[in-house]
Amino acid sequence: MCLAIPMEVKSIEDNVAQVEVGGVKNQVRLDIIDEPAQVGDFVIVHAGFALRRIDRDEGLETLKLFQEGLGLELVK
Amino acid sequence: MNLLNKFKDPKLCLNILEQVKHEIQGQFRFMEVCGTHTVAIFQSGIRTLLPENIVHLSGPGCPVCVTHDREIAAYLELAEKNVIIATFGDLIKVPGPGGRNLKMAQAEGARIQVVYSAFDALQLAMQNPQDKVVFLGVGFETTAPTVAATVKMAKEKDLDNFSVLSFHKLVPPALKALASDKDIQVDGLLLPGHVSTVIGLDPYLFLTDEYNMPAVIGGFEPLDILQAILIMIRQKSQGHASVINNYKRVVNDAGNLRALQVMREVFETSDAMWRGLGVIPESGLALRKDFENFNAFIVHEQDLPDVKNVPGCKCGDVLKGLISPDKCPLFGIRCTPASPVGPCMVSTEGSCAAYHKYSI
Ligand code: SF4
Repeated sequence: MCLAIPMEVKSIEDNVAQVEVGGVKNQVRLDIIDEPAQVGDFVIVHAGFALRRIDRDEGLETLKLFQEGLGLELVK
Repeated sequence: MNLLNKFKDPKLCLNILEQVKHEIQGQFRFMEVCGTHTVAIFQSGIRTLLPENIVHLSGPGCPVCVTHDREIAAYLELAEKNVIIATFGDLIKVPGPGGRNLKMAQAEGARIQVVYSAFDALQLAMQNPQDKVVFLGVGFETTAPTVAATVKMAKEKDLDNFSVLSFHKLVPPALKALASDKDIQVDGLLLPGHVSTVIGLDPYLFLTDEYNMPAVIGGFEPLDILQAILIMIRQKSQGHASVINNYKRVVNDAGNLRALQVMREVFETSDAMWRGLGVIPESGLALRKDFENFNAFIVHEQDLPDVKNVPGCKCGDVLKGLISPDKCPLFGIRCTPASPVGPCMVSTEGSCAAYHKYSI
């Protein structure tokens, strides 16, 4: 239940962010995130809600790891 | 090499492993309490690389696996009432009394909708004003705040057709039950990364204060896990124990205060039943009185039916680390991922499922 792949914030409207990873787009709610996220940030998503903002660099690096581990193309 | 690739670097991992072998004195039983760790430990092959004097156990860290038979029975009863059940996909295959599960109920006509988030369930209620939608709430401190936030939204929108059957569970009280159980003998705990993102470090301090048990919040990469093991071994040999946050890149020591606040606003603690572990005081979350219009127990007059145990399933002993999954007489014979008898075989994060996938 907890596979927390960081997703990139593409846009934000009200309390909902459009996020994307490896071409998969999703909507996540920002109601319970503790640091406000901005476009370009990465967020850890759990069950449709952003749980935590993480550094863009760290987000990208983590994705590269998932990419190797899962054999998916998540980042160019 | 970039920073995070180091977490998979075989040379670094082997170095740590060498250090582990060099420093270990005695026999240790460590337990991870997060299903994602269970899977990572199998996937990375760490289990087979560890020296023989470390036994690594998988604890009660998969929310589906600890959902009690009586809770499943309540779900099944509710599905018979004229409601739409909204649930995370993991739950629909969990066998309840007599092997019956929600998927079977669905095939027989119950309205069951798999959703990705509690908020999707709320939207389902908004789109179907003539129907009553019940969200099945399971999960630990990572999921509970998302459900709490959704219940708050339902209240703000004054919805009268949305409710939650809450069987959320809290990790620290379960750890307390494990730590104080004389039969179990765990020497150190690998604490769950994402639950810790929400609750931070403080709720674990009792482990070291009261039980002198090393506890490490760890990430999910091989290096994270090996480092956590090394930290536990060092603490053991020095005879002192502390809670270490070894996953600082994601977990803040204080946790996510906003998520905690929303969770406390909507839920209060209650006793809860855990599969295999029994009733653990103050380990569940029930909706507060202010939100009783959204409490499915009240709205749909649902209670917890009495049930007989699933015959033969040893999930309880597996979750406590008393036996490894292959010691269950049903493992791999009557109980397989394709046809699970107990919940530990249902969820991909369950110990039996991980064991089955990577050992056979
Ligand atoms: S193998 Fe199946 S029956 Fe045995 S403990 Fe695991 S889930 Fe239960």
